[in-house]
Amino acid sequence: MKDGKLFSIGSVKAVKREDIPKNRSAIIRISSVALSLVFAGIVLLFFDLNPFTVFATIIEGSVGSASRVQQTIVKAIPLTIASLGILVAFKMKFWNIGGEGQIVMGALAASFVALNFGDAPRPVLLLLMAVASVVAGGIWALIPAAFKAKMGTNEVIFTLMMNYIAIKFVTYLQYGPWRDPNSKGFPKIPNFSENGLLPSLFGVHIGWVIALILTVAVYLFINYTKKGYEITVVGASIDTAGYAGMNIPSVIMTAMFISGGLCGLVGMIQASAIEKTLVYGISANYGFTAIITTWLARLNAAAVLFVCIAFAMLLQGASFIQLAMNVPAAVAGVVQGVILFFVLGSEFFIRYKVLFTRGKSGSSEGKEAR
Amino acid sequence: MVSFLAAAVIAATPLLFATLGELITEKSGSLNLGVEGMMLMGAVIGFSAAYGTGNPGIALLGAFVAGGAGALLFAIVTVSLQGNQVVTGLTLTIFGTGFASFVGDKMIGLSVPASVLEFFSARKIPILGDIPFIGPVLFRHDVFVYLGYAMVIALSIYLYRTRAGLNMRAVGENTAAADASGIAITRHKYAHIIVGGGLCGLGGAYLGLVTVPIWQADVVTGRGWIAVALVIFASWNPTKAFLGAFLFGALSILGLRLQSMGIHISQYLVDLFPYAATIIIVIISTHKNRKEDLPPGNLSEPYFRESR
Repeated sequence: MKDGKLFSIGSVKAVKREDIPKNRSAIIRISSVALSLVFAGIVLLFFDLNPFTVFATIIEGSVGSASRVQQTIVKAIPLTIASLGILVAFKMKFWNIGGEGQIVMGALAASFVALNFGDAPRPVLLLLMAVASVVAGGIWALIPAAFKAKMGTNEVIFTLMMNYIAIKFVTYLQYGPWRDPNSKGFPKIPNFSENGLLPSLFGVHIGWVIALILTVAVYLFINYTKKGYEITVVGASIDTAGYAGMNIPSVIMTAMFISGGLCGLVGMIQASAIEKTLVYGISANYGFTAIITTWLARLNAAAVLFVCIAFAMLLQGASFIQLAMNVPAAVAGVVQGVILFFVLGSEFFIRYKVLFTRGKSGSSEGKEAR
Repeated sequence: MVSFLAAAVIAATPLLFATLGELITEKSGSLNLGVEGMMLMGAVIGFSAAYGTGNPGIALLGAFVAGGAGALLFAIVTVSLQGNQVVTGLTLTIFGTGFASFVGDKMIGLSVPASVLEFFSARKIPILGDIPFIGPVLFRHDVFVYLGYAMVIALSIYLYRTRAGLNMRAVGENTAAADASGIAITRHKYAHIIVGGGLCGLGGAYLGLVTVPIWQADVVTGRGWIAVALVIFASWNPTKAFLGAFLFGALSILGLRLQSMGIHISQYLVDLFPYAATIIIVIISTHKNRKEDLPPGNLSEPYFRESR
């Protein structure tokens, strides 16, 4: 049924496209993002905000000066690495919503190393912290993956609940056993020693180098290795993977270990370079935002990098707007949601051609156009 | 014990509304993971309407409309535009969370007006409220709790005893067959997604108006996700949803209870219980294989009439 008609309401009907030229689908996607910005602008108008001022301030706040550019990069680093992690899981249609918890557990393991072996030489300590964070994040993801692989347990709820458990557990540590007895006031965990902090390169901590390397690595892994291919096949059709004799549980668990491991590494980077210790809010929603960026990037590692930079601009711009215009930074969440709604909806126009035929009434067009 | 169980019923009520909302959404074939977002939208609109007008009816209506509006976005993208339900639901949660902190930012610290609090004060039901044990546990609450009971009964009748409910279940079980028998698929899906979202909005409003009567940055704190899990736990059955919500209501107040009994365990660890219990429930639910315990046959599958 290649040329099937999906629906026809009054004078509008949708017909499945045979195939679509690449530039045509790009135009549809770009215009959907543009439309979403228009829609977000209308939402802003409702709250008595001038959308042009808001968008201009977001851009000014994200790239308006050298230090703001650095801040934007600092936000792009965790977002990119977490998105790469989410990508590996989503490629397999495993809905890893547990990025937040994996980031927290990675940060927890890295902090354990940093707080207990703070005297180790810097390269050794940082390497140990990174390894610990990857393993901890990986294991945190492996638990739901094992249940999914062996029993078919719903991974959406499972990975999500693991977030809350990780965050509550670190909250417990921060207010209880790990609390710095010397700190007065707000309970906090002691800072890492100097050796536990990531060095900087060109004004930004070297997480940006790690993010670039990992982007290339994940791209090569997905597109040019046997495991990467198996992950793609399991995602495309689990039956096909089975007929081809792939060990599906093993593919699921490997992919999820990588996915969680990458998120865990984000935790180490944020703890070491940003917070200089472990805090329960370490994941700062990067695990959730990564879901949006990964989907917008159409599960393509190279595209992830660019989408994440754009979103980092949005995040940085939104935190700037809070100071400059006294608008809540949550405006970023609203704009992100709107953009994704439009892009998700636009997929329809890539798969289907909407035809306007001469019918008895054109009244239904307006409804469908929303 | 009685006071603990009575408190559990109150804690269960917002969960119950969200669970029932998601239940009818899933029964009609759509998996909307935006419950958390819709609850937050309902909470923030419900609170601002209550604060602005002092009228509990307008507050609840506003919350229902807000949750329903979030659900409408989901329906447009997933039903009409065939978008991926998992990702769209997550988007709705992110959008709703952003929307609630954006709209609610200026209201943090404000209190629910007295007229609304008065509306939600406990009222004993005559006769039923006097039954020993059961009376104080179940029948000495505010009207919203009773509305929850009514919803369980109404939904049970609707789902299993009416023609409309049968049609709606047919849409979720086997969309193609329902379509062939002349049921309006799109209309059924839209209606149940929107009403389901409205119920989630009401659940959120209860959290913002009664559970925590002073507005905070996040009043829902994962309850939306617990509701999604409770639907699985309840095997898509409204009565079991009530039991599940009650169990979780009890778990969520267990910490305070233990502390008042002199058992010292960190509040932060006790806070873990409901989430850990959710995981256990999801694992156990995986093993269900009686026919009436299974999810709707065509849950979360987009429907293309011509591509069968």
